[in-house]
Amino acid sequence: MTAVRFQVAAVLAAFALCTAMSGPALAQKKYDSGASDTEIKIGNIMPYSGPASAYAAIGKAEEAYFNKINAEGGIGGRKIKFISYDDGYSPPKTVEQARKLVESDGVLLIFGSLGTSTNGAIRKYMNDKKVPQLFVASGASKWNDPKQYPWTMGWQPSYASEARIYAKYIMKEKPDGKIGVLYQNDDFGKDYLKGLKDGLGPKASMIVLEDAYDTSEPAIDEHVVKLKASGADIFVSITTPKFAAQAIKKAAEIGWHPVHIISNVSASVGGVLEPAGLEVSQGVLSASYTKDGSDPQWNADDGMKKFYNFLAKYDPKANKLDAGVVFGYAAAQTMVKVLQMCGDDLTRDNVMKQAASLKDFEPDTLLPGIKINTAADNFAPIEQLQMMRFKGRKWELFGDIISSELGH
Amino acid sequence: MSAAEEVVAEGHQAVEAVPKRAMTLGTGTSLLVLAVLLIVPVFVKNFIIFQMTMLLIYGLAVLALNILTGGSGQFSLGQSAFYAVGAYTSAVLMEYFNVNYALTIPISAVVCFGFGYLFGKPALRLSGVYLALATFALATAMPQLLKLNFLEHWTGGVQGLVVTKPDAPFGLPMSQDTWLYYFSLAVVLAIYIFSVNLLRSRSGRAFMAIRDNEIAASSMGVNVALYKTLAFGVSAGITGVAGSLGAIAVQFVAPDSYTITLAISLFLGMVVGGVGWLPGSFVGAAFIIFVPNMAEGISKGLSGAVFGVLLFAVIYLVPHGARQIAIMGQQLVGRLRKN
Repeated sequence: MTAVRFQVAAVLAAFALCTAMSGPALAQKKYDSGASDTEIKIGNIMPYSGPASAYAAIGKAEEAYFNKINAEGGIGGRKIKFISYDDGYSPPKTVEQARKLVESDGVLLIFGSLGTSTNGAIRKYMNDKKVPQLFVASGASKWNDPKQYPWTMGWQPSYASEARIYAKYIMKEKPDGKIGVLYQNDDFGKDYLKGLKDGLGPKASMIVLEDAYDTSEPAIDEHVVKLKASGADIFVSITTPKFAAQAIKKAAEIGWHPVHIISNVSASVGGVLEPAGLEVSQGVLSASYTKDGSDPQWNADDGMKKFYNFLAKYDPKANKLDAGVVFGYAAAQTMVKVLQMCGDDLTRDNVMKQAASLKDFEPDTLLPGIKINTAADNFAPIEQLQMMRFKGRKWELFGDIISSELGH
Repeated sequence: MSAAEEVVAEGHQAVEAVPKRAMTLGTGTSLLVLAVLLIVPVFVKNFIIFQMTMLLIYGLAVLALNILTGGSGQFSLGQSAFYAVGAYTSAVLMEYFNVNYALTIPISAVVCFGFGYLFGKPALRLSGVYLALATFALATAMPQLLKLNFLEHWTGGVQGLVVTKPDAPFGLPMSQDTWLYYFSLAVVLAIYIFSVNLLRSRSGRAFMAIRDNEIAASSMGVNVALYKTLAFGVSAGITGVAGSLGAIAVQFVAPDSYTITLAISLFLGMVVGGVGWLPGSFVGAAFIIFVPNMAEGISKGLSGAVFGVLLFAVIYLVPHGARQIAIMGQQLVGRLRKN
């Protein structure tokens, strides 16, 4: 018995010595919990039930994309195990699910969880535990705070950066205009308004009226009338879909024809412009960063061809009109890119390091020219958008890709 | 003959009239449950301890509702509002005034007692569905109130507040989760004993008299208005304590955490646990925490439907909830003993 034990020990010691010696020569494989030679565990939390369940399409598209990667051989031979839980959009449940993912399932990281307050609830926990909380699916600007929260990173352009892009557009096209702002009285509206003011900088005095509405109001007609009376000739409508449609309709009814900008959140043809009336919606402006899955202009586009093939093969039930599918595809593609960049060093440290060193990465479903760039002090992957104008039955992109960085 | 058997023997099947002795567990069973609750955390992972803490906290909130509905016969769909007030009281005191977490709990209790008492005053004129509706309105309004501009400086608005989790004191060698679990257990135990004694006291008898027949109670000299508002106050105070503990355990408060869904969950927990049976509160809490997770395991897209089916099953098969199962279990044991 003793001899056998000694032999085992000797073999182990020799093996350990070999691995230690061969370090520089052979690429060393390093793993944290959730990664191994055969598998990478990725956690995710989505509102599959509850008030925000429409966003569940994002989670399903991401899962389908990881299935595609696995079917094609995985990442460096490792299959992705995507564990996605439901939080019903309730922050305490998000905390429970995040802890389950990290402590019970032992995931390498949590990717693409949806919602502002839900992610806010787990941000401190994730940073205390030093587990990456990557590509948060929320437009709040607070995810870009690498100093305080080095383990949390956003993905989509923040509301503030989108608003800065409108500010740039306004200053260029209508420098003498008077801006009337209608905004939703919550984090979304306020983030946005701040971005608009930051973008206008010294010219913030162009704003003649800021008017807030609450989501509990049944209609916002009065606000639109008030904005018209203020003499504004640029109408920035920081509204969610229902209210955006009401504002377009009301403005037309009272014969107000300002330069009308609506937020990307509400730039849905089927959900906003058609209900408001296609005729009165002509000329409405917005900005986008993704290709529209229903727009025929992308039929010949290489990236979208890949996307359509992917849908046909891995997610045939998905609705390609749903912006969430395009979003999920691009986000998952970014995640895969980061994992590929990690190589054999699948530690949480390295995952964050690689996520913060994306250079000009272009997912298939983002607009041509929009590039994902991150750095150690820049945790906002997408910061560019392109302006678009509604014409006929669809959005027409125009102008260059605009970066939201101040002073460019 | 144990208390639960007595209920059956006397033919008191209606949920509305639970004799006060049937509201609790026997001493032996209580000690056994307590021993399990004390020992288990030594053997399980932090995540399970966290879930058990949440179980205690939700159980406490359901218990509060049980005192109100099972004790004094008043309905409330607004418990989430009291829970939110408790949670925010603790969060604001801890984060802005650096008050020790343990001290914030009695403060929450007092604040919520006041809030509940004041709400109970005008609600006196309401009964049955009307009262349920008034409390429902309170629950729907609460998240909006927390977002109000002039409160935003304190509440953090939609973004919510992050709460720092306390470390174990005196350098005790246990994790934050374990410490918080034992801390919550102590608080819950104290409140449980208080509740049992409350229901056995003069006030408790007054509650139950009002529940069973308001007119008869008042003709016997029970101050109906006082005891009804008192029940609201006590219930709100206990819910507030649960809210405080919840805020500390989850480390975060936001308006989205305290929506009407929470109020309905708590109500559901009470029905599943058995209306008027205090230990059932914790069974009910287990139902609202773990069954959604199980439902999700069965079908992700249809988790709501699976949850609904399970709920149907409970309501149809054991309409008196966990209390009924406990009684059946007791009868079974009794029969086995005789044989």
